[in-house]
Amino acid sequence: MKKQRWLVLLTLVLAVGMVLSACGSSNNSGNKGASSSTDTSSSPSSSDAGGEKLAADQTLRINFAADVPTFDPAQAQDNQAHTALNLTYEGLVRVDASNKEVPGVAESWEPSADGKTYTFHLRKDAKWSNGDPVTAHDFVYAWQRVLDPATDPAPAYSYQLYYLENAEAYNKKKITDFSKVGVKAVDEYTLEVKLTNPTPYFVNLTSFYTYFPVHKSVKDNPKWATDPSTMITNGPFTLKSLVTGQSMEFDKNPNYWDNADIKLNKIKATVVNSSATEVLSYQNGELERAGKPNGDIPADQLPILKDQYKDEFKLDPVANIYYYEFNMKAKPFDNAKIRKAFSMAISRDDIVNKVTMGGEAPAFGFIPPGIKGAESNYRDEYKDDFFTEDVEQAKQLLQEGMQEAGYTTLPPITLIYNTNDNHKKIALAIVDMWKKNLGVDVTIQNQEWGVFIKNRQNGDYQVARAGWVPDYNDPMTFIDMWTKNSGNNDIKLDNPEYDKLVADAYTNSDSKARMEAFYKAEKILIQDEAGVMPIYYYTQASLTKDYLKGVTIDYSGAVDYSRAYLTEHK
Amino acid sequence: MVRYILNKLFYMLVSLFILISATFFLMKAIPGDPFQSEKKVLPEIRARLDEQYGFNKPLYEQYLKYLGNVIHGDLGISMKHLNQEVSDLILKTFSASLRLGIVAIIVSIIVGVLLGMLAALYHRKLIDNIAMVLAVLGIAVPSFVLAALLQYFFAFKFHMFRVVGFENPMDYVLPVAALSAQPIAFIARLTRSSMLEVLHADYIKTAKAKGLNWVTIMFRHVVRNGIMPVITYMGPMTANIVTGSVVIEQVFGIGGIGKQFVESITNRDYTLIMGITIFYGVLLMLARFITDLLYVIVDPRVKLSSRKEG
Repeated sequence: MKKQRWLVLLTLVLAVGMVLSACGSSNNSGNKGASSSTDTSSSPSSSDAGGEKLAADQTLRINFAADVPTFDPAQAQDNQAHTALNLTYEGLVRVDASNKEVPGVAESWEPSADGKTYTFHLRKDAKWSNGDPVTAHDFVYAWQRVLDPATDPAPAYSYQLYYLENAEAYNKKKITDFSKVGVKAVDEYTLEVKLTNPTPYFVNLTSFYTYFPVHKSVKDNPKWATDPSTMITNGPFTLKSLVTGQSMEFDKNPNYWDNADIKLNKIKATVVNSSATEVLSYQNGELERAGKPNGDIPADQLPILKDQYKDEFKLDPVANIYYYEFNMKAKPFDNAKIRKAFSMAISRDDIVNKVTMGGEAPAFGFIPPGIKGAESNYRDEYKDDFFTEDVEQAKQLLQEGMQEAGYTTLPPITLIYNTNDNHKKIALAIVDMWKKNLGVDVTIQNQEWGVFIKNRQNGDYQVARAGWVPDYNDPMTFIDMWTKNSGNNDIKLDNPEYDKLVADAYTNSDSKARMEAFYKAEKILIQDEAGVMPIYYYTQASLTKDYLKGVTIDYSGAVDYSRAYLTEHK
Repeated sequence: MVRYILNKLFYMLVSLFILISATFFLMKAIPGDPFQSEKKVLPEIRARLDEQYGFNKPLYEQYLKYLGNVIHGDLGISMKHLNQEVSDLILKTFSASLRLGIVAIIVSIIVGVLLGMLAALYHRKLIDNIAMVLAVLGIAVPSFVLAALLQYFFAFKFHMFRVVGFENPMDYVLPVAALSAQPIAFIARLTRSSMLEVLHADYIKTAKAKGLNWVTIMFRHVVRNGIMPVITYMGPMTANIVTGSVVIEQVFGIGGIGKQFVESITNRDYTLIMGITIFYGVLLMLARFITDLLYVIVDPRVKLSSRKEG
């Protein structure tokens, strides 16, 4: 009997111990009401300039398909962080709804005559969320942090700052003196930036998160970006709470210099990575916006939702491209005519109209619409008419190519893509077109993301699916990836003329001449070498309630909710 | 008794060691790594990251270092959730899973045993048939299908609950229902068959003949003996619920450990994969250990010393 009682006790202790150890942590993870909410924001005025009535409750509800991996601008690399950092930080400039640079922390700026020096004049009323002024030193400190070889972990996006004089050398430990790097605080409110090359899109770049300032308090606290209470930020919103894998809450920042323009009081985000759940949650009135770029809408629901929610369903064109890569070092795609034949033998219209059904634009070039050219959009200035779809000509090219390479029949070909329903449907359609139009059998193979990307980057493939998202709004971001020494040149393009065009474009400050160079380079890539097979320029699908206004989507598809507001609704 | 527990603990440590080693090498054997993305990281930066995370060392050295750290209770820092301790992440996310799991286990036991008892008492009557049809459905319908159906009907169509959320007590209803359907079905069937057996046993007849009242017979003899198989099932059930919540957490947007586990693998977040694997391993071993002890308490006929590793 004694033995039994002892056992009961032991069991209880074990069980209670388990429960307690877990409960203890739930208390500090909630973090509710930890900091007193200083809600000084005036309640929304009853009517807006446009005559719309604002809703009394300015709480926006959105979804993130994954946790924000980091709230540190120096370390961020993905969509989720992009949206969160656009709320919590502000760079020297912002980009408005029409993709124009407007003053952010910098009130004004001017380039030097040679286009290599920029002077930014900072506003004096910009403050951190704790009330400290935002100064030029904060930018110097933040940029040094990104470039410092000792930063742990090493920021993968440090190359975004390589436009600054000596930045690359400092980051790669070729020089150790940071004062040689082209950024200087002339005084508290003047920032001088020296660039290696005249870079016409530099001002636009400063709206990107890698260029955001950080508060000096982060210096001695490596964990500052994991806890809302230690995040001192300068944007329109502050992060109020963070429950890993479940939710985030952003509050209006009363210390933000332009807070009179900020109408939302609160942004509540759920973290759900099931797109079906996300859409259902939107339909059930639990979200004001669903879909890209932070979430997703299941492809098979697109046609239904398009009909059912005519006024809420949006397909925004974004400057991303979907394409296939030919490995130019692998047989049979080491022959240009064979590559060209494959690219000409498919119907892009059928793919966007019958397979993806997302309103995408068929692509015959590599630089998507929405990317800036010399005056307006690059794609309006230079058409992407590098080739046409023509089955007869494709057949003939294939014959010629096979003769050149000495084939009677083609070697076995495998097309690889990362596991995803949409990629699979497209691959099946394209393989079918190749079979029908060229009489070529191609095997398709899906690979898990990590496996896929490794194979593609190591050149262990023949044809592979790919997509490209721009780093900045200039054709260069789509062109310099194909130079001989670029780490992203998975097709192994090796064309000296191409490399020369890119090198020239880097040093040239004349917009028109740069665009000419990009056009010639694009022509080599698509028409002469046909190393990539463009398929379509992306659109991104989203659902937005009709009472949510002022959400801006930039050229790359990134979203900015900071100036959004809710009008009166049921 | 003490020897038995020490023996068990020893085997648990051995299993844990094998689990850690196997996971470590298998994980490293999958192509890909935490720093890979569509845009390739510059080679210089890549080399620096490899050095910072110790990836430049030979595999066996990385393994020994990791083992050393684990022995000192250090699970390392996540590679995707930057600068977050793996142990912190596990504790934070496990609290949600635990709340969900405990409610699901309690609901499963209560509902399952009640259903099973009713079915046994009304053997071959309408109630029995209904209970068993429910049980078959519960086992046959996968939890993620059930979750989607529950969301569609009870949240979207009838507006009784939220589709997503895990803050209010009401938010627990749908995920708990989806998660406990299978164990309920299983428990109901187990309880039913073992109770049927007990009801026909001689000692029940004796009890009835002695003139004991119905309540005493039911609770002192029938339930106590009839519930034995359910206790055996507690271990596997805890495992089922813990692992089953992986899908449920995804569908309902619950910040639990299952969701982190799936994402850590896609992200190749090595330290987090290892940390959660170890945590799951320990949790399941403990659940089984406690089940074994419970068994002894409920049924004195079971002697610990006579039982071998099971």
